[in-house]
Amino acid sequence: MYVADSRATRAGSAERAAGPGTQPARRRVAVAPTVLALGTVSLITDVSSEMVTAVLPLYLVAGLGLSPLGFGLLDGVYNGFSALVRLVGGHFADRGGGRHKLVAVFGYGISALCKPLLLLAHTLTPIGLVLAADRTGKGLRTAPRDAMISLSSPPESRGRAFGVHRAMDTAGALLGPFAAFLILRATVDGYDAVFTVSFCVAAVGVLVLVLFVPSKTGTPGAAKPAGHHRPEPAGAPRPTLRAALALLRQRRIRRIAVCALLLGLATVSDSFVYLLLQHRLGVPDRWFALMPVGTAAAFLLLALPLGRLADRIGPWRVFLAGHVALLGAYGLLLSAWHGAALPYLVLVLHGSFYAATDGVLMAAASQSVPEELRSSGLALIQTGQAFARFVCSLAFGAAWTAWGDRTALLAAAVALAVCAASSLRIGPAPKVSA
Amino acid sequence: MTRLRTRLLVLLCAVTVLAIVATTAVLHAAARSDRLDVAKPGGPVVAAGRVTLTDEHRMVFRNMAWGPHRDELTTVPVAAPTGSRTASGVKCLRFYAASGTGVCLQAVHGALQDTYRATILDRSLKEKAHYPVAGIPSRARVSPSGRLATWTVFVGGDSYAGTNFSTRAAILDTRTGELVPSLEQFAIRKDGRPYRAADVNFWGVTFASDDRHFYATLATKGHTYLVRGDLRDRTLTTLRTNVECPSLSPDETRIAYKSRDAGLPADAPWRLHVLDLDTLADHPLAETRSVDDQAVWKDGSTVTYALPGDFGADLYEVPADGSGRPHRVLTAAVSPAYL
Repeated sequence: MYVADSRATRAGSAERAAGPGTQPARRRVAVAPTVLALGTVSLITDVSSEMVTAVLPLYLVAGLGLSPLGFGLLDGVYNGFSALVRLVGGHFADRGGGRHKLVAVFGYGISALCKPLLLLAHTLTPIGLVLAADRTGKGLRTAPRDAMISLSSPPESRGRAFGVHRAMDTAGALLGPFAAFLILRATVDGYDAVFTVSFCVAAVGVLVLVLFVPSKTGTPGAAKPAGHHRPEPAGAPRPTLRAALALLRQRRIRRIAVCALLLGLATVSDSFVYLLLQHRLGVPDRWFALMPVGTAAAFLLLALPLGRLADRIGPWRVFLAGHVALLGAYGLLLSAWHGAALPYLVLVLHGSFYAATDGVLMAAASQSVPEELRSSGLALIQTGQAFARFVCSLAFGAAWTAWGDRTALLAAAVALAVCAASSLRIGPAPKVSA
Repeated sequence: MTRLRTRLLVLLCAVTVLAIVATTAVLHAAARSDRLDVAKPGGPVVAAGRVTLTDEHRMVFRNMAWGPHRDELTTVPVAAPTGSRTASGVKCLRFYAASGTGVCLQAVHGALQDTYRATILDRSLKEKAHYPVAGIPSRARVSPSGRLATWTVFVGGDSYAGTNFSTRAAILDTRTGELVPSLEQFAIRKDGRPYRAADVNFWGVTFASDDRHFYATLATKGHTYLVRGDLRDRTLTTLRTNVECPSLSPDETRIAYKSRDAGLPADAPWRLHVLDLDTLADHPLAETRSVDDQAVWKDGSTVTYALPGDFGADLYEVPADGSGRPHRVLTAAVSPAYL
């Protein structure tokens, strides 16, 4: 164990000393204040962005008389762009050392400024541009934020830190639509009010980030490759893009990336899971919109416990177990059993898949990516995984067309089992401490 | 500690200011209906009145002008569209009517979320039946005889599903109550061969007068097709590509539709065209703006459609043969039907 408690109190932050979290105790450290602050920022920001996302289709169709289909077609492009921007954000956050907060503020700030712009945009083109800017902000901030979470947490409690963060993030995502519908309920065509409130909420999020997240969340210490955390600032050389890509030459990182990629290739996208549930079980149409809420609720409740489990038994095992949960969901969808509990079970398994993989992968990757390249490394793995899932979506759609949904899902399940088994072999050995 | 206190103070002040802004915005939007009880000077005059779906020489539409009758089904004389509007008190997001049957796609306000339904109205706008729909209403049509009704909704507008929409088109026989909840149940023949795909979407149904055949848009693999459907055989046959939101002319020889024209920006790609079904000759209409609507035939030679306007949407007319120029018929209106 190498909780750098002496360093943490010294170099960490005197001003972070808010209450009992001051002394990073051994083992049972509470989550770092930085993580709580970042979690709060994510919660607030997700309330803001999900408010807009929830009412946007209605606004386009009922408010402006447009059809959102054209916009839906553009969305794929934006998402691909966002994945690239994530790499850029990760790289800039690492350059010059400790620029994580700066890049994150920039990313959150862009997204916040997009909200009032929606008040001015009345046709599809400007709305599309505003949403593209919003995605850019989201892409920029993700990697530095995850890097800050990992850098402010000792390795043995990183699972928990990411768990807390993802739970708070998901809580915001669940609250956002609720807030938006309350506003629409209280007003007459209150889309403008939703956008204004969304901006105010996003501004609070940016402010919390600026005020309460220390800008030096662990500074790069190139001289300490063993992963000592929060070392003194050192005049480290600026990481280059080449150095970021060279990360893939390191065995452990390459293995994590390859496994994330492999498993991503066998991860059927959410909408297909919901469609399959509906097709196979005849879930009534009006419940269709609630299925993602079920997944999110399970994610919210399980993120922290599974994060803690990752700290105890190793993130990689939990990451793989998450894919076993997904495999279980596939199995239930394929089974002949049609009990009333089936949709719930599938959604709980689907949510636990996210809880066991989303933050946990970042915790696992953080064990291997050196501090000075943390942002770039995490961005690289996230982008690889997103790309693999995109490819899987395309392939799954084609398989569904060619063979029908059942056979396609069977193929996906077999692929997932094979990828999980090979990940078990080539994945990094369970490693609780460095 | 003082630094922490300073930061908390800054946060508190900012939150206070932002909370005031947010509350003001909500109150402003909440008070809108009171403030706008009086019609805007220069805006359309709307008065409550009796509306039936058999008022000859009138057009019915969803009134989008601010005021107490916003979103209500409203009529004006076809000959004097800028005249006084008569509002019915029935609210719809999308609407269509023919031969005394109306289909009204409505929002039902729930505690946590809106749900939607398709309501069938009789000639006096009384509800005959309603059907829950899975998403946000988009297109609505009634067959010329008034027997069949259809609606298209966007599914997956949910916050977690992102903005990746799919559509579902349903067809109802209002006489028997028989409902086809999704055209995806029908057998597709594409280019002469049976076709299956997970990603098929249908929207924008338009009926022939025999209450058996219809046309619609089929989308799959990034392409859209004009399909001709047969309700008795439960089949759909592709006729040609790049036809969205078809609208069959009263003489059933032509189809007005929105075409995704090459070289136009990806987010405003549509132009109105009219296709001759016998010769497959295609005429771009004189409207040069991107039209995202299912056009309505006013008569055999004119089509009506909506474009975004100051109050959501305005209605325009353009000759159906490619000649002339578009002109605005009504402001603050959408979903027209000629009675």
